Formats: sequence, C-alpha cells, structure tokens
Amino acid sequence: MIAARPALEILQPGMLTTVQDTGRYGYQRFGMPVAGAMDGFALRAANRLVGNADRAAGLEITALGPQIRLLDDFCVAIAGAAVGPLLDGEAVPMWQPVIAPAGSLLAFQAPRDGLRAYLAVAGGVAVPAVMGSRSTYIKAGIGGHEGRALAVGDVLSAYEAAGAVSARRRMPDGGVPTYGGKAELRVVLGPQNAAFTRQGVRTFLTAEYAVSIHSDRMGYRLEGPAIEHMDGADIISDGAPMGAVQVPGDGKPIILLADRGTTGGYTKIAAVITADLDKVAQAMPGGAIAFRAVSLEEARAALREREAILDAIAAPARLAVVSEGVVSDILDGGGEPVTLASAAPIAPMLRRRSGRARIDGEEFEIDIAIRRANRDAE
Amino acid sequence: MIYAEPKFLPAGDAALVAELGDEISPEINRRVRSLSLALEQGGIPGVFDFLPTYRSVLVFYDPLELSAAELQDGLTRLLKSPDESAESAPQVAHIPVLYGGDMGPDIGFVAQHAGVSEQEVISIHSGANYLVYMMGFSPGFAYLGGLDERLATPRLQSPRAEIPAGAVGIAEAQTGVYPVASPGGWQLIGRTPLKLFDPDREPPALLAAGDYVRFVPLDDAAQYQAIQRQVRAGEYRVAREALAE
Repeated sequence: MIAARPALEILQPGMLTTVQDTGRYGYQRFGMPVAGAMDGFALRAANRLVGNADRAAGLEITALGPQIRLLDDFCVAIAGAAVGPLLDGEAVPMWQPVIAPAGSLLAFQAPRDGLRAYLAVAGGVAVPAVMGSRSTYIKAGIGGHEGRALAVGDVLSAYEAAGAVSARRRMPDGGVPTYGGKAELRVVLGPQNAAFTRQGVRTFLTAEYAVSIHSDRMGYRLEGPAIEHMDGADIISDGAPMGAVQVPGDGKPIILLADRGTTGGYTKIAAVITADLDKVAQAMPGGAIAFRAVSLEEARAALREREAILDAIAAPARLAVVSEGVVSDILDGGGEPVTLASAAPIAPMLRRRSGRARIDGEEFEIDIAIRRANRDAE
Repeated sequence: MIYAEPKFLPAGDAALVAELGDEISPEINRRVRSLSLALEQGGIPGVFDFLPTYRSVLVFYDPLELSAAELQDGLTRLLKSPDESAESAPQVAHIPVLYGGDMGPDIGFVAQHAGVSEQEVISIHSGANYLVYMMGFSPGFAYLGGLDERLATPRLQSPRAEIPAGAVGIAEAQTGVYPVASPGGWQLIGRTPLKLFDPDREPPALLAAGDYVRFVPLDDAAQYQAIQRQVRAGEYRVAREALAE
C-alpha cells in the first residue's frame, strides 16, 4: 500500500492552478481528451528533481500563482515560467529541489519569463487516478482534484516518496530553458498541407503571428496573415495530436493543445515538434510566433537533446518489467490495489495502468502504457 | 473508395495518420475498425495510443522507440494480415429510449417536418441499425451513420442552454445521444437512462467506433425509471447481439 499524507493547503488558488500529470493517453478513442501538463518538459524536470517518476502529478500554475501552506516537511521543485518563488518570504531557486518545512508558506510572483510553472512534491500529488491519469480535464469535471481548478481551502495529499529523498539533484549546464522573445516553433508539415496553396504554405512558414487573447489550454488562436486554402478548410473529421496547427476557413491558425477535442473537421497544415511544445505552453498572449519546417529526423534529434537534459538530472524512476500474470497488485489512487486476473490480457498497452506495482513482494514504478507490458527489461 | 495502398501522413513527430479511403462509407470504416482492433490486440512496441476516425487511424508513438518509417512498416503488416477475430461481425448495442413527452420535446416538430406521425418517427428511428463511425466531440459521443432521410431535420433556431445527459436527438442528417449534459441545438426526440460515458467504468464509453447501435423504444416512464435504477446500482447490462449480415 502506498500511504499518502496531507501536503499542500491552498490559501489562495491563483488564476488557474490544476493538478496535472503527463496526460490521459489510451482513451482518446472514446472521445476523452488527453489533458495533462501544457509544458510536459517542465513538469517532468520538476518530478525528476524531487525523485519522482515522470508521470507523477504536480500542480500547473498559470500566470498568477497560488499561496500554499506546507502541511509537513517536503522536498519540492518548481520549474517552468520564472515565477520567483518565495518560501516564507525568502526567494528560493527554481529548477532545483528545495526542502520546505512543515508550516512554511510558498508564494509566487508574477512570471517574468513564460506563463506556466510546475510544482512537484516528492512522492507526487495524491489524487485518484481516473482512466489511468491524475490530470484535470475541467470541461467534463474529470480527474485532478474533484475535476476542477484548485480553490481556497483545498488540501492535497502527497504519496510517500518511493526512495530516499535527496535535495542534491540538479539540472545540467544549459539545461534550463528560457522562453522570452519570439518563439520560433519547428513544425513537421502535414497531415493536410496539400490542402493549401503554395502561397498559403509560404505564408505559414514566413509570416509572424501573435498569440491572441483567446488562448487557453484547449488551443492558441494566432493573429496574423491568413493562410490560403486550395479548396476550403473542411475535411472528413479526423484525430489531432498535441501541437497540431489547424487552419479553419478564415485562414487564421490555431495550435491545438492539451485540452483539445480528440477530433476535428478542419485542415491541419502542420504540427509543432515535441521538443518545442514547451515554447508554445510558455508563450504569453501577444507573444510573437514564427514557424519553421523541419524533417522527422531533425525533430527526433531535437527530442533526443531534450531527453538527454532530463536524463542528466536523474535516470527515469525504475520501471518494472511486467508480463502477463506476474503482477499481483497494481497500487494506484491512494494505494488501492488493482488485482489483475492472471488471464487478464494486460499486454494490450491501452489498458492503461500506471503507478506502483508489487511484484514478488517488491514495489516498482510502472508505466504499462508506454513500455509495452510484455517487453524485456530496460 | 478504399485506397489500394493506405496513405501515411505525418501528424507531427509523434503521431502518424493511416488514411484508408477518401470518403465516409461503412466499408472504409470497417477497415479502420480492423486496424484498430489489430493495434489493440497485437500492438506495435512504441505505440502508446490510437484514435480511429471515419476513414483513418491516428497512431501515437514514441519517436525515440521507433521511427515513422518503422511504424509505417508495422501498420502495413497489420493491414495486410488482418486478424481473424478482428474481422468478426460487429456488435449491435441496444440503447433503450423513452420517446416523446418531456423526454423528447421536439418529436412533434420532427414528425411534422417529416410529414409522418409521432409514432412513425419512433418506428423509423428505432427500426435501423446505426454504425458508430467514430467517437469524438466530447467524451463518449458517437458519430452515428444511417439515419433515415425522412427524419433529417434542421437544428433548433436557438440552442438550448442545457440538454441533459442521455438526450437522443437529430441534427440535419445525424442522430446521436448526448453523453454528458451540455448546451446544444439538436431536436430532442427521446432520452435513454443509460450512461454513455462513465469515467470510473472500464471501458468508460458504452460505444466504440465500429459498433452498431439500435434504439429500443420503452413503453413508459416506469420502465425508464426501472432501468435507471439498475444503471445507478451498476446492475444494468447492455444487450448486444452480432450484426446480422
């Protein structure tokens, strides 16, 4: 059983503070949006700095930060937008672990660079996993803390940390991103780039766009030159990944983000590469954006670089090797064991279960969805 | 038309579209279903999610585990050697509906528009099997194909502020069920006591792409409430039968 203890009391919620993890994959085919951290890199960095698995839940803080009372001694880390965190009024560094004593008050200043910051707590924020994820999807009231943004008086627990707590983890040199200035977003063209005129594609790749005020976790609407279609913007509805750049009939691009609907009926000219999604998440309304097309190989190299930064902080928490019938219990959602029948086909990666598993009496972090269940050891 | 060779289109660096045809048709959607089932049952290492739609499947993968070219090869193999079980006849899920009255305030308008009686609206609507082409728009919402042309009805002039979960409606040539309460402009002809989406259920949605749906008229409010009680107690089992072909 994984115990949890009260960790964070919300004294002021800030503008929009939600519980998020790396997203609810595995249920898009039922119409369930993925949600999850807008800036997955910052959340994962904060998690690794406190010794958590990447998928542990933390708080996503938007623009105006919350005020939080620590209810016990905790190792925490804050990453993402430069929000000048204050612990009992004293400045504490971002992008590194901080020991916050019981009773201390954590507050934030207006972001100087970026828009969203992430607070990780050693052990991870303890809310029930819904469809395998702790992310909040506010529109349907699913996941996170009661399916909603945090409010005054909310108390969140954290799971007991799996290993020894250490405050010695650090970002590698040059590993801390900055977000200011024009965001140059690398994109892979497609899937419907052929639905645009050559001039339309040229406009997309050369013009400067501005993030409109009508931008949120669902997507960023961009202001700027219209992108010309060949023959209309409607397509037979299909799926859209995070970062897809949708261009409806008015020619103004929209970058689809964490809370996007699973499917849509407008042409998508391109999608932002994974390594640059944090630049989108951190772009402020009014911020300038330009797009540059890259190949899949370049995108992969860029992603490898980002992952190397995370791996330099700490190796990912140990993943269990799971094969059918071996897992006795998957401990999840406050330590409730989920017993898998030995005949249960856990191999299909889409029966998403993550958290900790007890295998032959030993506990492991598992993430069946990404590591296929019957694969060999890492 | 079904493509002779599927089209593979990048959707960023971590998702790939496998497009199987160029139109909305049951045949193409059957291929979509077949590929989805193969992905669910056998899977391809490095693939962590997939999303079937009308004529394509969006496949999410970890580009550090496999390249788009390797994924394309894997998908091509799955498409060329369809799993026998994946080819089995689709299921028809029976959705009980109480038509008309407070549950279906617009049934009179639909009847008038179609030039038939309310009773005929019910028998036409409940007399067909509808194909779930895909899920989307909101959690648990099924895009259904197969509405009788006579029942096609324009949307309301001004949308309702709130439509309850379970409402069965018609908008143009589409029919569907609202899985969660939301605003909307559909013509409401009835309501089902079933929960089309329940986050705590596995799987959370009653329907999946490739299923068929048949609406089964309920006699009266007492029958509706009896089913509703069973649903709330977690005791209701949706009747399903193999599609007769």
